[in-house]
Amino acid sequence: MPKSFNVNKYLRKDKMPHIWCPGCGNGMVMSAFLRAVDGLRLDPDRVVVVSGIGCSSRISGYMDFNTLHTTHGRPLAFATGIKLANPSLEVVVITGDGDATAIGGNHFLHSCRRNINITMVIINNNIYGMTGGQYSPLTPKGESASTAPYGNIEPEMDICAVAEAAGATYVARGITYQPVVMEDLILQGIENNGFSLVEVISQCPIYYGRMNKKGDAIDMLKWQKENTVSQKAASNMPPAAVKGKIITGILSTQYRPEFVEEYESIKKVAQGVKYDERRAEM
Amino acid sequence: MKSSRKLMQGNEACAEGALKAGVKFFAGYPITPSTEIAETLAEKLPRAGGVFIQMEDEIASMAAVIGASLTGVKSMTATSGPGFSLKQENIGFAVMTEIPCVVVNVQRLGPSTGGPTLPAQGDVMQARWGTHGEHAMIALCPASVEEAYYLTIMAFNYSERFRTPVVLLLDETIGHLRESVDLKKYEDTRIINRPVPWEAPGQYLPYKAEGDEPPPMASLGEGYRFHVTGLVHDESGFPVAGNHAAIDRLLTRLSNKIIKRQEEITLYKEFMTENAQYLVIAYGATARSAYGAVELARKEGYRVGLLHMQTLWPFPEKLVRQKTLGKKTVLVPEMNLGQYAREIKKTVADQTQVVTLSQVDGRIFHPSRIVAFLRGEAKYAQVL
Ligand SMILES: Cc1ncc(C[n+]2csc(CCOP(=O)(O)OP(=O)(O)O)c2C)c(N)n1
Ligand code: SF4
Repeated sequence: MPKSFNVNKYLRKDKMPHIWCPGCGNGMVMSAFLRAVDGLRLDPDRVVVVSGIGCSSRISGYMDFNTLHTTHGRPLAFATGIKLANPSLEVVVITGDGDATAIGGNHFLHSCRRNINITMVIINNNIYGMTGGQYSPLTPKGESASTAPYGNIEPEMDICAVAEAAGATYVARGITYQPVVMEDLILQGIENNGFSLVEVISQCPIYYGRMNKKGDAIDMLKWQKENTVSQKAASNMPPAAVKGKIITGILSTQYRPEFVEEYESIKKVAQGVKYDERRAEM
Repeated sequence: MKSSRKLMQGNEACAEGALKAGVKFFAGYPITPSTEIAETLAEKLPRAGGVFIQMEDEIASMAAVIGASLTGVKSMTATSGPGFSLKQENIGFAVMTEIPCVVVNVQRLGPSTGGPTLPAQGDVMQARWGTHGEHAMIALCPASVEEAYYLTIMAFNYSERFRTPVVLLLDETIGHLRESVDLKKYEDTRIINRPVPWEAPGQYLPYKAEGDEPPPMASLGEGYRFHVTGLVHDESGFPVAGNHAAIDRLLTRLSNKIIKRQEEITLYKEFMTENAQYLVIAYGATARSAYGAVELARKEGYRVGLLHMQTLWPFPEKLVRQKTLGKKTVLVPEMNLGQYAREIKKTVADQTQVVTLSQVDGRIFHPSRIVAFLRGEAKYAQVL
């Protein structure tokens, strides 16, 4: 991390104070993302940040890039249009677990499958924060939420495993407790030429924390620390010891052709066809 | 000399009109009876240096179109009833954020899956009010293959001029109709492009408008680094939940920029209206039947004429009041149960009688029904 990093350079300071509660993890993710952008020396004029709807999705309004705050669940679909129409832009989607995996689940699968060169950061606080603490597809089974007063009976899913299976070419998981690691995971995601997912386990002390007696933000971060195993360490541990732990780091990479490049080559084919037809008409 | 006439389908003409207008991005999801628009553009857009993508659903298609438009390219999608329903939330986003795009709805019989290949005009009100919240809308409605071409160009022109989504309402009949057309006469049709900012990036306020005019629009990546949100916002583009004056200003301007330009947006044709006692007001496939009916009825001595609406929304109040003044009866044939007729009645109730001739049986409207009404034989005609 360069010592000279100045977060103010990338913030819309006149939009402060932000709407997030004290102790919320959203700001920590924003900071890590900005450091990654700085580390890559990206031109802010060429960066587009697209978010959905939720507490986490308000992130787009605070950063001085081209920013788009869309509809609930749809940021990837907006981002797909942007990236295809202007491939020279660096397109990043930052959004919540509910936005990405419930209402936006379909777009998520197909963005992974296409392997379009977009980086997606899912801020996973295990809950719908903005609407007041309802369960999301990533709320662990048995936990409480305002719409699961007797405990959540729906099993959560491993969104990183889903991304890999669907074809994402870079899949990583970080935690807000480790901001430097998170920054590096995001940075490498942006560097990957294809669809990159970085899931960040974050804390919502106000709803998820309170409803599940997890203490304050510090307690929740401590819990992260105690329950996290890096991918490297986990590979040397017996499966039983890893069960129930958060595995962090780069979880998978694979090589597949990138979607926009594929389309560009199809354009050439199509333009060749046009030439042939002209000859045929002569 | 080679003739410039061509046999063409309505959906194909729509795609060709889009290309003429300069479309560079299409996102869609297959649905009858609109699919030929996607198929034509899948073939022709990459040749024209543009992009075609088949998205995972209609919600995503609408979103991708808006995203693409933000990069400065003309964008469109095409669908039919079920898909039009799915697009509504993001159409509202485009209204709120003032992002130009064209949404084609080749109507089929609904509600629900309804009749995929059955003609209907049941989405007239959905085109107007399909997305939630107070807003204005522009919707155009062609009655022939040639008009499908021309009105697609105009849909792009209005969307760019007013920075708003424009709905193009075809119906199954027009979408699948094949006619011999000569599009050469449209070669010099004026193509309008969105207003762009002249300020330096530091001074640009993305939603600062002169009166009711749509504000100039920068593209992503040009250095302006603006914010776009579907939340209520002020001139800067940032949310202003507590500023009721700014909210009022925004919503009023979004409506006024269209409603107040009603005359600029109203496209229509007149047929045999001279000395008419009866006026038929029709649009889309039903207008075709009305042309035939008026001709027949004139031969029988009935003084009847046709006002053929090509613009449905914003509702052309001034024109409709003016053209119906002094008429004994206004007849409104529609393939729905009086959606547009009620709008007409609302506007002219004090000056003339409005009769609906409606039909929802999945068949096209037969001209004889209009003639039968004039002869006093009509069943199902209802005075509103
Ligand atoms: C179509 C639609 N449905 C529902 C909502 C209400 N809504 C707003 S935010 C949200 C959940 C957000 O949860 P998440 O994505 O996990 O983000 P968080 O607030 O936890 O950061 C919901 C359901 C909406 N805005 N739009
Ligand atoms: S409700 Fe939760 S997620 Fe939302 S800002 Fe507060 S702490 Fe963060």
